[in-house]
Amino acid sequence: MASAFDRVADIIAETSGVARERILPDSHVIKDLEIDSLDFLDIVFAIDKEFGIKVPVEQWTQEVNNNEAPAEQYFVMKNLATRIDELVAAKAAG
Amino acid sequence: MRLEYFQMIDRVVAVDAGRLTAEATVPEASPVFEGHFPGHPLVPGVLLLETMAQAGGYLLLARMGFARMPFLAAVKEGKMRSFVGPGAVLSVEASLVHEGSGYAVATGRILSGGKRICDAEITYRVLDFPAPELKAAMLGQAARIGMAVPGG
Repeated sequence: MASAFDRVADIIAETSGVARERILPDSHVIKDLEIDSLDFLDIVFAIDKEFGIKVPVEQWTQEVNNNEAPAEQYFVMKNLATRIDELVAAKAAG
Repeated sequence: MRLEYFQMIDRVVAVDAGRLTAEATVPEASPVFEGHFPGHPLVPGVLLLETMAQAGGYLLLARMGFARMPFLAAVKEGKMRSFVGPGAVLSVEASLVHEGSGYAVATGRILSGGKRICDAEITYRVLDFPAPELKAAMLGQAARIGMAVPGG
């Protein structure tokens, strides 16, 4: 199966119209790919469906806004893929 | 329906965790019909979308015990299949598709006399109530249309 990075990159390309080749491991979803909050909702919906998880976007956003976590931890592609792998693993572990 | 006040739902017939069914009767007269359209009154498609969005919104409010407020964020596959005029009795249905973190997706559809009027997939941002007056108003509206409300 394709990696979480590739699957998420495909979703972003299909959902937002960003060219697939622009989506790199170090791309920041908001700053580099210029995904706005509404497109990001669509992307999260597609990720939730694709991976069978519930991406905790509200918690992530709150942590970033409260300076408890850097935005890069969640919104740079390679890190986003890692977070999704962690969510999938946590779900599998029950 | 009181179109000018955006009170689109008259009565909730049934609601459970994933589905809401409601009734709405188009008024015989409304200033809306003076412009849409002269001599040929039709409920504007945007108000039919609003009606479906409100049905899904009330479904989400019920699911969340009126703790947070769903705001319309996106409409996909919105299809206006048949015209609706004054006096039409509408059956409005909403079904939950997905409840995410800070958002939800539902489908809505409206029938009249068994005929499909319109349908759409609707995305909501789910946020804390920005003002206590809004929460009180939503509780009041929900009670008006026959929903069980906390403390009601």
